Amino acid sequence: MKRILNYMKKYKMLFIVPTLSMFVLIGLDMINPHITGVIIDDVIVAGEFDRLTGLLLLLIFITLGRAVFGYIREFLFDYAGIQVGLDLRRDLFDHIQSLPFEYFDKTNTGEIMSRTTRDVDNVWEVVGFVAGFFLEQVFYVIAATTMMFFINWQLALICTMVFPLLGYLAVKMDQNMGKAYEEISDQDAKLNTKAQENIAGVRLVKSLNRENLEKKKFRRENKKLYRLNVKRNNILADFHPKIEFLSYFSTILVILVGGIFVINEQMSIGALVAFNGYVSMLVWPMRFLGWLTNSLSRCNASLKKIFKIMDEVPSIKDPDNSVSPEKRRGAVTFRNVSFQYGEDQVLSNIDLQIKPGSTVAVMGATGSGKTSLLNLIPRYYDTARGQILVDGVDVRKQELQELRQSISVVMQDTFLFSDTLLENIKFGSEEASMEEVTQAMKDARVYDFIQEMPEGLDTIIGERGVGLSGGQKQRISIARALLKKSPILIFDDATSALDMETEYQIQKALNKREHLTKIIVAHRISAVKDADEIIIIGNGNILEKGNHHQLLNQKGYYFNLYRNQLGDMTLLNKEVI
Amino acid sequence: MSVNTFKEDEVVQQSLRLSVIKRLLGYLKNYKKNVFSALILMIIAVSVNIINPYFIKIGIDEFIETENIRGLLFLAGIMVAVNILSMIASKKRVMIMGRTSNKILMEIREALFNHIQKLSFSFFDSRPVGKILARITTDVNALTNFFTDSVTVVIPDLITLIAISGIMFWMSYQLAIAAFITLPVLMGGLILIESTFRKKWQVFRKKNSNLNAYIHEDYSGIRVVQSFARERHTSSTFFSLGKDLNHSFIGAIKFADGFWSMVVLSWGFGTAIVFWVGVRLIDTGTISIGVLVAFMGYITMFWRPVINLTNFYNVTVSNMTSAERIFEILDTPPDIENRGDAKELPPIEGKVTFENVSFSYDREEQVLDNISFTVEKGETIALVGHTGAGKTTIINLLSRFYDVTHGVVKIDGHDINEVTLDSLRSQMAIMMQDTFLFSGTVKENIRYGKPDATDEEIIRAASVVNAHNFIMAMENGYDTEINERGSKLSIGQRQLLALSRAVLNDPKILILDEATSSIDTETEILVQKGIRALLKDRTSFVIAHRLSTIKNADRIMVIHDGKIMETGSHNELLENQSMYYKLFTAQYQFLKA
Repeated sequence: MKRILNYMKKYKMLFIVPTLSMFVLIGLDMINPHITGVIIDDVIVAGEFDRLTGLLLLLIFITLGRAVFGYIREFLFDYAGIQVGLDLRRDLFDHIQSLPFEYFDKTNTGEIMSRTTRDVDNVWEVVGFVAGFFLEQVFYVIAATTMMFFINWQLALICTMVFPLLGYLAVKMDQNMGKAYEEISDQDAKLNTKAQENIAGVRLVKSLNRENLEKKKFRRENKKLYRLNVKRNNILADFHPKIEFLSYFSTILVILVGGIFVINEQMSIGALVAFNGYVSMLVWPMRFLGWLTNSLSRCNASLKKIFKIMDEVPSIKDPDNSVSPEKRRGAVTFRNVSFQYGEDQVLSNIDLQIKPGSTVAVMGATGSGKTSLLNLIPRYYDTARGQILVDGVDVRKQELQELRQSISVVMQDTFLFSDTLLENIKFGSEEASMEEVTQAMKDARVYDFIQEMPEGLDTIIGERGVGLSGGQKQRISIARALLKKSPILIFDDATSALDMETEYQIQKALNKREHLTKIIVAHRISAVKDADEIIIIGNGNILEKGNHHQLLNQKGYYFNLYRNQLGDMTLLNKEVI
Repeated sequence: MSVNTFKEDEVVQQSLRLSVIKRLLGYLKNYKKNVFSALILMIIAVSVNIINPYFIKIGIDEFIETENIRGLLFLAGIMVAVNILSMIASKKRVMIMGRTSNKILMEIREALFNHIQKLSFSFFDSRPVGKILARITTDVNALTNFFTDSVTVVIPDLITLIAISGIMFWMSYQLAIAAFITLPVLMGGLILIESTFRKKWQVFRKKNSNLNAYIHEDYSGIRVVQSFARERHTSSTFFSLGKDLNHSFIGAIKFADGFWSMVVLSWGFGTAIVFWVGVRLIDTGTISIGVLVAFMGYITMFWRPVINLTNFYNVTVSNMTSAERIFEILDTPPDIENRGDAKELPPIEGKVTFENVSFSYDREEQVLDNISFTVEKGETIALVGHTGAGKTTIINLLSRFYDVTHGVVKIDGHDINEVTLDSLRSQMAIMMQDTFLFSGTVKENIRYGKPDATDEEIIRAASVVNAHNFIMAMENGYDTEINERGSKLSIGQRQLLALSRAVLNDPKILILDEATSSIDTETEILVQKGIRALLKDRTSFVIAHRLSTIKNADRIMVIHDGKIMETGSHNELLENQSMYYKLFTAQYQFLKA
């Protein structure tokens, strides 16, 4: 709760003004029953009719004031509330964006999604409306109680006897509700994740004909959510009517005890009527108590979840004193690097020297650690031991933005945004000229097929590039990386869905960019054989290292690979040559 | 492709349609009994509420003025009893309505989800996941209060209004007229600003949906965002979408918050008029002081439901957009569904025939152009051609993910349009370019297509495709938890898992669309050997770029620009010295040169 106050501080005036309006409103409201009492006692009972007009004008004046200040209060609270909501949402969004890959490896999108949307909504509701309302009710109670004490302190004392009991009920309810809301929020995220996975994987679901299983899975989670909601509702059903009853009980006390006072001539009827007016002012705040507690508990549960993410310290962040290399030329050095993922030792004692402008190819069996090796260069993960230098400076000493800006990565898993092709290609290089875009498209061999699309570069493509073939998606992400013009280019199996010819042509275009350091993971000999150095990774170690000819002469893994892939060609040799 | 991005607002009906509300209320029909008992309970509570000020009037007029303490005690006793009754009624009512409305929400959510399962690929092609997701979550949640409130707010409040007006007229018609004189003014004002106001809420909803779609996309593509160091850029896009949302909200509340002030004005003026008239009526002896005091209580009670009803109206208006969007999906007919007379496809042998098949995704660009071929059972067919030539489309048509534009696709002589989707797809296995894994254990993922598979079957399937070893090397073997899309695994490993999943199903027709593209050659050779042994008599289609994957196929079809250019075995096609030969020798050069 305290932390949300920090957010509200920024809009101090936007909270203070409506709060002041609120005080004015309460003040005006306090006068109302008094006027009623005066009208009855003085005008009607005592027959001072000439005072009526003045009193009624006062009443109308108060009404106008209530309307104006009421609007100011509502509007400014709403206004401030949504600003705080946006600030909170942005901080959460930015914080999530700053978390390392490792965090996303273990967190489902559905969960962080519901934190950023639903949970922030819950908080926003409270900040913008409920909190002000709550405060208002508290002051109402204080003001009305004070007035009551002025009129008749004995009666007031009796009336306020129910307060401690009300407080107890509210606290108890908050405890129960808080727990229920936390469970609901978790289940909500779970359901969200289920639905999201299902929609994202809908092609698989359909191809395997598992719609019914999916429905069953969803129904199970849906039902759980239902049960939790009913449980929460029953808590409300348990406490709310009790609180309501107590609020009426005070009215009954007034009539009974107050009546006796009047009969004993300890107070006037007018005073009793006015007193009753103040008591009925108490009735509503007390009745709202249940509802308020409900919202506040929900908000609290959401805040806990939000700040749990906010407290997640990014394990990979900018160093305190960052060092920039003198010149970004594209040199990469691995010094005795080991890398662990969880318990698994993925890489051990890797030493590697990549010169600016050279091409290094990385090969190896599935799961041997190729991607992990590449992931260390832009510091997606940190090494367990040893260090990685880019242009002579340890990556951990460089500013992240600057480091990553100097490296273009095409990942195995292509991701495109649901936006136009142009926006997708320009992602990361918004200021690129049209010529540069065209060049990148030509180099990535996307130019022709984009030309053929009905709306060319303005064609909107779906998330994950739905509607495009795997090869097309890969080529678009290659174009995106080429446009970025960084000194280091990393291709993580980025041409797997391309035919050899296209792959060859892209490589030719790459080779023209002489200053570019190219680090390429591939499975086809054709993609790697021209590299300055080919590295074979196995079980986290470098097994072989050298250029195409050197490795062939070693007659090891690479040689076998070559024979296997060339084996395809032996037939051709016999028949053609 | 009609695509909806986060930048675009969705088009939704502008007017508040009664039909939408009617349809929503229709959900309550199945719970008539619950609604009825809730209403009865509600009436009890409301009556007690209404009667409370009257008790006070009696207390003042009858007992206090006559100094009757025993009567007063008696009255207090009755009030306590009545309010306890009301308390019990409230509790029961809240329980019943909570259960009912949550149940309805569950039903709607489920109906929506189930309907989405029936929709075809083209539906998903045109919408970001975030927007579809928002329907199931945000939009359904927006209806949370509708069902409870329509029963527990609208009906009782209307009853309260009528009852209170009735009592007021009964007590003193002159005073009642005076109290209600401001009502027409208020109503007129409300009607005047209503339509502007409704539109503003709709804008707000749309902006909300845009923002959520963007957040979803950013989180899904977070690795790309970080690797391009674009966090600042995406953050500013996010912020501008957020500001849009705020502006639309502020635009809407400017009006919405005015409602309250209008009610306060009518209330205050009404009260003043009542006093003005009341004092005169007391003076002439038409009414007693008690009546005037009770009237003040009733006026307060009268305006409370008015505020509630306007609030309900506000919320309903802004939430109807959600309802419309839910119904929009529920009303989208699945373009691929079982025909009315669809038969079960009997167990198949695996003969596949395409007869003059043409296909276009958007009815403009022809992707396949009059293709005909026959594949005998047990044959392995490799589809070869440049990216975008139409290979994947052929496979999409065979599994009926899309319907052919012209021509017929037959399996064992049965037109696939005439059999049930279930019986068709359950006899084939497709491994797609885009491997998808669910969050869950390795075992659950492999078992996905065949939930009753035993552990032995799973291990056998994984061994066949050479996935067993790497699975065993993971922390918990087959019980290792993997994340959505398997982000902890390399793509090659994901492909191996997906392959295990595909072969576990023991399909009659197996389709591998670039299924091994990210697997190293050594492993791939092992995988292929395994699959070949397993699928001796199965028909299979293979799309691949690696020659080693293609050349062992019984027949190779070369696809170019939506047509089949040549068909034949590796050797035959080489002898032809045509397209395949060119492709092949070119590749040979890439390897050799």
